[in-house]
Amino acid sequence: MRIGIVCPYSWDVPGGVQFHIRDLAEHLIRSGHEVSVLAPAEEGSLLPPYVVSAGRAVPVPYNGSVARLNFGVLSAARTRRWVNEGGFDVLHLHEPAAPSLALLACWAASGPVVATFHTSNPRSRAMMAAYPILQAALEKISARIAVSEYARRTLVEHLGGDAVVIPNGVDVDFFASAEPKSEWQGETIGFVGRIDESRKGLPVLMRALPEILRRRPGARLLVAGRGDEREAVAGLPEELRDRVEFLGMVSDEDKARLLRSVDVYVAPNLGGESFGIILVEAMSAGAPVLASDLDAFAQVLDGGRAGELFPNEDADALAEACVRLLSDPERRAELRAHASRHVRRFDWSTVGADILAVYETVIEGAARSAAGPDTGSAGPDEGSDAGSDAGSDSAVAGGTDSGAAATGQRPRSTGWRRPWG
Amino acid sequence: MTTFTWLILAAAALLLIAVYLSWTAGRLDRLHSRIDAARAALDAQLLRRASVAQELATSGVLDPAASMVLHQAAHRARQAEEEEREVAESEFSQALRAVFADQAQVAAVREVPGGEETIEELTAAVRRVPMARRFHNDAVRAARALRRHRKVRLFRLAGHAVSPQAFEMDDEPPAVLDDRSNPA
Repeated sequence: MRIGIVCPYSWDVPGGVQFHIRDLAEHLIRSGHEVSVLAPAEEGSLLPPYVVSAGRAVPVPYNGSVARLNFGVLSAARTRRWVNEGGFDVLHLHEPAAPSLALLACWAASGPVVATFHTSNPRSRAMMAAYPILQAALEKISARIAVSEYARRTLVEHLGGDAVVIPNGVDVDFFASAEPKSEWQGETIGFVGRIDESRKGLPVLMRALPEILRRRPGARLLVAGRGDEREAVAGLPEELRDRVEFLGMVSDEDKARLLRSVDVYVAPNLGGESFGIILVEAMSAGAPVLASDLDAFAQVLDGGRAGELFPNEDADALAEACVRLLSDPERRAELRAHASRHVRRFDWSTVGADILAVYETVIEGAARSAAGPDTGSAGPDEGSDAGSDAGSDSAVAGGTDSGAAATGQRPRSTGWRRPWG
Repeated sequence: MTTFTWLILAAAALLLIAVYLSWTAGRLDRLHSRIDAARAALDAQLLRRASVAQELATSGVLDPAASMVLHQAAHRARQAEEEEREVAESEFSQALRAVFADQAQVAAVREVPGGEETIEELTAAVRRVPMARRFHNDAVRAARALRRHRKVRLFRLAGHAVSPQAFEMDDEPPAVLDDRSNPA
């Protein structure tokens, strides 16, 4: 299959959507498909062989902050050329509602188009109000994917129509097989994310910390992520500050090792999350998770069965739950066991097969309806032939647990580090 | 302003309106072909689901009662007239859930030669039916929204094409074949 993927955000800037596209593209290539990714990138930046640069993104004020976007004659022409010369069986756009490359590609597309909607935070409501303007372009999308049930609800509410839910993927075995680091072990609490972005919730954890340390004096907090460390501990009593260790930005490997080592992973995010990939990574690494009760988090944690939830922004509840987990090894083991079964649905082997199923569905529909009105409602014989053929294809692509084990064996490319923060 | 200028302006305005209307007609046309494609995909997935089930029912792997229930429901779904199709397919979904009510039945099928593949095919089919149906109904919704628009009704841009209908059915897969179905 020839697949064209459009990334709306600059390839050189780290971000959730970019990582998702990178992992998806690499997964599809490993499964034997031809993939080309069109993404904005600075001139002269080093790109993987499957990425085609659409030129530099321009910073413009948009939706309350400065966004780096592509638009204008030059970008439109490059996009059109990429679409026309690519000869793709299917185009997969990401975040098509932003005024970006994805929208330009939508404009240029003539074949089957699949789109993934990542955003679902209420802050983007202003942007969603602009949807009617985009309607004509968005009508070309044959299949919509939302990354969570929550994202789907927001999408349906603002755009109408419907979408299938396919979660973001994680390489579960990469995290499950990471080597724990002894200096990060022993009553440790983990946090990964930008220190200076209050939305990530570190201040809530800092407020809870004195109480946690009062009841569990041996505990330590390990923080991985970029930001001002002194400012982060400013609210903490002087004598407790050495219980917090800042690791700065960490590589993918170190993040996995950190998650393998800690006794509790805390995600105190205040909102604006549509998925929560870090929770899946923590669960894959076997870290018991304690997270704020955001809709998206509750869904990822199987309604609280695969990890514990505390009321959002409630530092006392966070402290209480954290102390309880630290002093209850049995409960931690139980969470680990449930989470390790639960995360399989987020593994790329499962997620990739679902995304491929979407591609196959839209391609098949387009081919059948193009072949003439009669082929659509084929007789039983023809139908069963086509059925067994495509069915066995998907069984291969679907490769369940054994497939997952096989993909886990491969060496992970370490060429591109995933900086956090 | 001279009469001539007015005429030019009026002609320009008319031209703009004509271009806009023809663009809208093009949009509508594209939506209709998107529905055709989505409908063809849905048909294919429904047929696939029925044919795998029929194969299974005639293979002798299942007990005779389950075989009959499955075969009959799949047969009815395939033969149903257009207006009875939603009901027949829904009943077929219920039959599938009844036959594959527990893991033991799946395990029994997996054991026989070729059973593993059959279960894989059936799993793929029961997962893709809801997917294809969602894409179809999404396209129908978009077309209906545009067709309701004043300009489309006033200028009869939809022509004689019948108003598209959503395909409503119970497409819940058997839980044991879809262990990822829990909301995530």
